[in-house]
Amino acid sequence: MFTFIARRIGTILLTMLCLTMVVFFLVNLEPNLKKLAISQTEMHTPPDQLESWLVKNGYRQNFFLRYGQWLGVLQKAPLADPATGKVQPRFSFCKEPMEPTFSGVLQGDFGCSTKFKTTVSAKLFPALAATGTLMFWVLMVMVPISLLIGILAGMREGSRTDRVLSVASIATTATPEYVSGVIFTVIFASWLGWLNGSAASASQGITFYNFTLPVITLAIYGIGYIARMTRASMVEVMTQQYIRTARLKGLSFGGVVVKHALRNALIAPFTVIMLQFPWLLTGVVVVETMFRYQGFGYTLVEAASNNDIDLLLGCSLVSVFVVLLTQLISDVGYAYLNPRIRVQ
Amino acid sequence: MPTERIGAIAIIWGVLVQFWPVWLALAIIVAASMVWRRRLGLYGQLFDSGVGIAGVVICLFWLFTAIFSHIIAPFDPLGQIVAMKDALPGSVVPDTGGVYLLGGDKLARDVFSRMVYGSRIVLIIAPSATLFALMVGTTLGLPAGYYGGRIATILSFLANLVLALPVILLFYLLVTPGIMDTPLPYAMAGVFFIFPVIFFCVLFWTRFRSRPERLYPLLAATILIGGWIYMGLVFDKDPLGIVSIRPNELNIFVAVVFASAPGVFRIVRGLAMDIKTRDYVAAAQTRGEGPWYIMLWEILPNARGPLIVDTCLRIGYTTILLGTLGYFGLGLAPESPDWGTAIKDASRLLRATVHPALPPVFALMSFVLGLNLLADALREQSLKD
Repeated sequence: MFTFIARRIGTILLTMLCLTMVVFFLVNLEPNLKKLAISQTEMHTPPDQLESWLVKNGYRQNFFLRYGQWLGVLQKAPLADPATGKVQPRFSFCKEPMEPTFSGVLQGDFGCSTKFKTTVSAKLFPALAATGTLMFWVLMVMVPISLLIGILAGMREGSRTDRVLSVASIATTATPEYVSGVIFTVIFASWLGWLNGSAASASQGITFYNFTLPVITLAIYGIGYIARMTRASMVEVMTQQYIRTARLKGLSFGGVVVKHALRNALIAPFTVIMLQFPWLLTGVVVVETMFRYQGFGYTLVEAASNNDIDLLLGCSLVSVFVVLLTQLISDVGYAYLNPRIRVQ
Repeated sequence: MPTERIGAIAIIWGVLVQFWPVWLALAIIVAASMVWRRRLGLYGQLFDSGVGIAGVVICLFWLFTAIFSHIIAPFDPLGQIVAMKDALPGSVVPDTGGVYLLGGDKLARDVFSRMVYGSRIVLIIAPSATLFALMVGTTLGLPAGYYGGRIATILSFLANLVLALPVILLFYLLVTPGIMDTPLPYAMAGVFFIFPVIFFCVLFWTRFRSRPERLYPLLAATILIGGWIYMGLVFDKDPLGIVSIRPNELNIFVAVVFASAPGVFRIVRGLAMDIKTRDYVAAAQTRGEGPWYIMLWEILPNARGPLIVDTCLRIGYTTILLGTLGYFGLGLAPESPDWGTAIKDASRLLRATVHPALPPVFALMSFVLGLNLLADALREQSLKD
């Protein structure tokens, strides 16, 4: 088990290294650098000044040198002004080292955000905390409801309850966040006026009024999917011999479902819930943009649309890490929950 | 603002009447399928269950809407009639007497016509991108599953790499106006679009190797048609000028294929690993068949059930991805009538006007729902076999 986890962690690190390199390559494409230079200088700057801005801030240095500096395996050296020869920091808003030092992601320095004029850590971690709150409430809503629906539907396969709930779950999986968000906003905010169509005020304090819409919008897509997986797994368990034995022994149907079927039926949904995280991340981006909630997704969109290199790299690092970590937890948890499957 | 409006019943009636070519085509197809369903194989079996009928009808409805959109839509999807800005549903256009059945949007365009024309964009890009992803995923997944070994490990690692990146981040990196100035989308298109040609060449070669009279016409047709489409799509240099694609559409297409091919790869690889242990594969190996013959003519046909179901679901997923691109304003032109862009435009103004948001929302939802129902019915049928 230990070697299995160690190998998986090795793969995760390799994946992160490769992916950040790909992202680094893509954000440093010529048009993207141009876009950054234009947004960072005044309007209508002539092309040669854009070029000199890029040179001055080190964007024209060797690709691998810069990637190494970002990673922290090469020394980050301050840049000297070619005219005066004086050493000066690139950005006034975050403290960059004045002498060559190892200061990259490995040392905990995520770099400078050109869009928000602060360090990436100062922007990214509060945003992650905000998204964590959102995710917590989403899971609190999503998991119980979807398990309940799945168990009710899978308990008696082919019954009326089963068919109604199955079609309802298919319908929710056909509804992406930007669709359900619009529908919920129209119903609950525009027509009924019960809830707020914007979660911008949720950064100050979460209330039922401003936070319900983002949470249910994000939860609804996952509910259908997890419910269907739970149903499938429940249906399979209910046909097993030991369930029939328990029924023939004279136990009540409810008792059999709760005591015998549930434990075995909930293994599959656990992995499914864990594997929902990549989709939840995309959903977070849509929902936070739609409801103007200042979290991770909102930061990612701002970073991407302004080609904020360091912030975007930070965002990709975090999201890739979350995705891979949940995959690992799902695998390890599956082996732990299901004694029939043990890794060598 | 126009003052004259027609009532709710007249609006519903008007919308139904506008869709007349769709109802006609649907009635013909469904009636014909019902009559001959016993002879239509898997497709005919769909008509045995309510879910299957619903799925088929919804999908066909949008297919015919896309085909007949120029007849259905009463107005030009990009045309603006200034007086109709934010017009409520059922508003009558001054002077001409036409009706904005579902109202006008903030740029005074007819919401109904835009929704109808939007179906055309969605139904061209989503299924074709899915088919390309299917080709890429199958061509790589079959050998990975059949041979295993180091190549499979590397390919799986690459697939997991793409799958680990959230789709939205991938789109922000791959679908930007700037990236069209670089050779990257064209290089990716060049790689992806060669796969169908390779796939069909190998398919025919393995089957008809000993029968040159069948092989050479098929190979020639594949290379000719494939090469022609390839020239048109990748280099935009179709000698006949029929196949062409705008750079931004190519960009979207490539990004969507890139995002969904690894998923197909994983499924095909899993299926191939499962099926290669069966007896008929062993029998083919004993007969002395080549590995590619076994992959394409023994394993692939026996994997078709799960693959068809997955393709249905995947077209729906691709539609959602396309909507996501539109919602974030990536790739598609800002005035494009596709559903995602329409939802983006309307959702920013929900406080003021609600009606422009609802038609594209329900269009997208119903289309994906139809595909999911279809996939569900197909899965039920393939489990029965």
